[in-house]
Amino acid sequence: MPEFQRFSYDVLVIGAGGAGLRAAIEAAATGAKVGVVCKSLLGKAHTVMAEGGIAAALANVDDRDSWRVHFADTMRGGQYLNNWRMAELHAKEAPECVRELEAWGALFDRTKDGKILQRNFGGHRYPRLAHVGDRTGLEMIRTLQDHGIHTGMEVNMECTVLSLLMDSGRVAGACGYDRERGRFHVWQEKAVVLATGGIGRAFKVTSNSWEYTGDGLALAYRVGAELQDMEFVQFHPTGMVWPISVRGILVTEGVRGEGGVLRNSEGRRFMFDDIPDLYKEQTADTEEEGWRYTQGDKNARRPPELLTRDHVARCINREVKAGRGSPHGGVFLDISWIKQHISKSEEHIKRKLPSMYHQFKQLADLDITKEPMEVGPTTHYMMGGIRVDGDSQMSTVPGLFAAGEAAAGLHGANRLGGNSLSDLVVFGRRAGRYAAEFAKSNGATVIDEQHLQSTANDALTPFERGPTGENPYQIQYDLQDKMQDLVGIVRTENEMQQALDIIAQLYKRVERVGITGNREYNNGWHTAVDVANLMIVSEAVTRAALLRKESRGAQFREDFPTKDTEWGKYNIVVKQSQDDEMQIEQRAIAPMPEELKAVIEEMK
Amino acid sequence: MATQATFRIWRGDPAGGTFQDYTTPVEEGMVVLDAVHRIQAQQVTDLAVRWNCKAGKCGSCSAEINGMPKLMCMTRLSDINLEMPVILEPMHAFPPIRDLVTDVSWNFRAKKTIKQFQPRSPDFPDGTWRMQQADVERVQEFRKCIECFLCQDVCHVLREHHKHDEFIGPRLLVYAAALEMHPLDTEDRVSDLRRRHNIGYCNITTCCRQVCPESITITENAIIPLKERVVDQFFDPLKQLFHIL
Ligand SMILES: Cc1cc2nc3c(=O)[nH]c(=O)nc-3n(C[C@H](O)[C@H](O)[C@H](O)COP(=O)(O)OP(=O)(O)OC[C@H]3O[C@@H](n4cnc5c(N)ncnc54)[C@H](O)[C@@H]3O)c2cc1C
Ligand code: SF4
Ligand code: SF4
Ligand code: FES
Repeated sequence: MPEFQRFSYDVLVIGAGGAGLRAAIEAAATGAKVGVVCKSLLGKAHTVMAEGGIAAALANVDDRDSWRVHFADTMRGGQYLNNWRMAELHAKEAPECVRELEAWGALFDRTKDGKILQRNFGGHRYPRLAHVGDRTGLEMIRTLQDHGIHTGMEVNMECTVLSLLMDSGRVAGACGYDRERGRFHVWQEKAVVLATGGIGRAFKVTSNSWEYTGDGLALAYRVGAELQDMEFVQFHPTGMVWPISVRGILVTEGVRGEGGVLRNSEGRRFMFDDIPDLYKEQTADTEEEGWRYTQGDKNARRPPELLTRDHVARCINREVKAGRGSPHGGVFLDISWIKQHISKSEEHIKRKLPSMYHQFKQLADLDITKEPMEVGPTTHYMMGGIRVDGDSQMSTVPGLFAAGEAAAGLHGANRLGGNSLSDLVVFGRRAGRYAAEFAKSNGATVIDEQHLQSTANDALTPFERGPTGENPYQIQYDLQDKMQDLVGIVRTENEMQQALDIIAQLYKRVERVGITGNREYNNGWHTAVDVANLMIVSEAVTRAALLRKESRGAQFREDFPTKDTEWGKYNIVVKQSQDDEMQIEQRAIAPMPEELKAVIEEMK
Repeated sequence: MATQATFRIWRGDPAGGTFQDYTTPVEEGMVVLDAVHRIQAQQVTDLAVRWNCKAGKCGSCSAEINGMPKLMCMTRLSDINLEMPVILEPMHAFPPIRDLVTDVSWNFRAKKTIKQFQPRSPDFPDGTWRMQQADVERVQEFRKCIECFLCQDVCHVLREHHKHDEFIGPRLLVYAAALEMHPLDTEDRVSDLRRRHNIGYCNITTCCRQVCPESITITENAIIPLKERVVDQFFDPLKQLFHIL
């Protein structure tokens, strides 16, 4: 029988990115005993990679900005499938949460009068992203980490949660193992916050790290929580395409925010050719107006490169398919051209986009101050996730909360850049607060020892199969390959049906996975565990995408290429049925209160 | 470029280990971490390596490549001589866990001993402060740190003399500098730096600065100014005395 090391907390936070750390800080501030579990070392979670900035209507650069504009922008970006309550709270609370980061030591770039500087980003009407060059995520995670370690929270680094434990209908704990030594752990608690991030590793070309295997979604799904909006996977328009080994690594939207332009092989700014009606009013007519916008001219409208990500990604896709792409299957993103407008443009670019400069110089031997980059779409962000209550962030399972990329609702059908980092702090804070409250008003839980043992035994069976079993890395590659091809940026009924068949076969291969070596830091074992979660989320993405017979936001169906008003009334919800089947249904969106409707009308 | 390359990788655990050779196909644009991943996927599934971002942003994949402390994800194969086996070892200044993975938890414990950020009260009733870009930039350099611990790995005080209990190492001196020079901070860490964190052990060899993947000027911009603060606070009266004599 496998041994367990036992820990007990009031609140257990799974995940130590921005959302998890913010939740833990909040819960600890109420006096709750808080434990944090994360798969990587502290400070290395995905949040560290965020580049462009954090969206908040501080109105430091343009005083016309307010929560109302931010709210309307977020809803428009999400094509009105958003949980409007979350969009409202997010727009209202983000400024306060950014100021909180500053009070904990974050050092954002400044305006001339010493306030927090804000930059332009796609879909945001006014300059709204507080930032630190192009390493905003690092600033944010380090601030939360360095503040958090002094709040009494206990951090269990490099531990993977395998399963949530239940006690009469409410969540009672979690069990998992530490990656370094392979020992099993059980964390008993009164409330759990899932802040495990996204699912990008389900696709071949992605900006996401190995951690993004949708663990939190799968953990919640297995204990009966509902998932929502799974069809909406964001493909960021600009990832690196060359060299092959770095394909998918993100090129921040900040490049376009600072004046970078997209061109095809004919040198044409093709984004001017296709501007959606919803955004006509707000988009520049000429290249010259677009340039003025990026340089802070309040009377200019944004260049079409800064339209929403789904749209830009599809336009790039179209150019490449039409044979007007760059040599390695992308298009050109050029920031060096600004030398026409700015003297000492090289210095300027290096100061505004230091890590992009660094990234291309080191990984592609290319100087972005002199030459255009080659870019193409890359899997980036999961709008869908665990369905939660807008105010408290509690899922449909009592005591189980979710925040950050793992939760659904705020972004609807498409996320605006910068709205994730703000999401993390706004809803991390809320989740932490309500989880602590839940822990206080509900008594201790009992651990289901049987479930514990069976989880550990299941986790160990791949070792018994040894090298004769299926190679876990190979299963993951095959899944990624197929998801990319069949459920990627352009979708059809036919291809997605094929994907479901393939997923069914892959489930069988996962059951036969084999591992060599022992339990200490065994990446093969880790992959075998993670891939099981990827299977669940891949199936959910495919089924939801199949059901939604329209194109909206991040979902583009070639067989249903237009938006359908009727579908605009529903979210798609996925959950596990009593007999372990994946159930999928349409759920009507709650009617929006009149005052919020009025805000949207006013901002049209 | 060569079409295949051999990697001589240290494989072992706290009890000991040996180097083993793995040959794998290589292509243009690959970095060391790609090669390690390929070997892992195709030859030794339990090869232990730590990584996250694969873009030089998280500081997880630190190792010693042909004896040089580097990030595996930012080291291109085209910059290495592939005619000889490429030697890959874990960092030496930390206890090994397995293969290329070391136990870096000491860094996290040591960080906790440094007094946390303590801002002055807000400049405005709405709880905000005003700071100038120039003042912020000085500290932003330190805050670029990705905690790869490569500087800790090369510092002789830790690597050769194992003074982990007494000395916090260059990474955490950079951290202390970021706090001390933060425009809003009011805490005093100078006495701790001298007595508890033993900044005096550093003899400015600049080894740390030379390996920092973020090009932080660790010695000149962080450690030396901190040393000056220590001198100002502790030795000033003495200095004055000498002047009078
Ligand atoms: C390259 C890049 C750039 C980006 N730039 C921006 C930007 O400029 N602005 C913006 O708003 N957004 C940006 N985003 C998106 C944003 O960074 C992420 O959505 C966000 O950081 C997610 O934070 P999180 O707290 O939800 O999760 P993460 O930071 O990913 O943290 C997840 C945590 O969960 C842990 N975990 C996962 N599974 C388990 C398990 N089974 N057991 C234990 N722990 C587990 C992980 O170890 C990790 O600690 C960017 C994303 C990428 C990839
Ligand atoms: S300069 Fe000081 S801190 Fe840096 S490596 Fe040398 S002794 Fe260590
Ligand atoms: S100071 Fe530089 S070398 Fe040291 S940990 Fe930070 S980034 Fe790494
Ligand atoms: S993997 Fe993040 S720095 Fe190398």
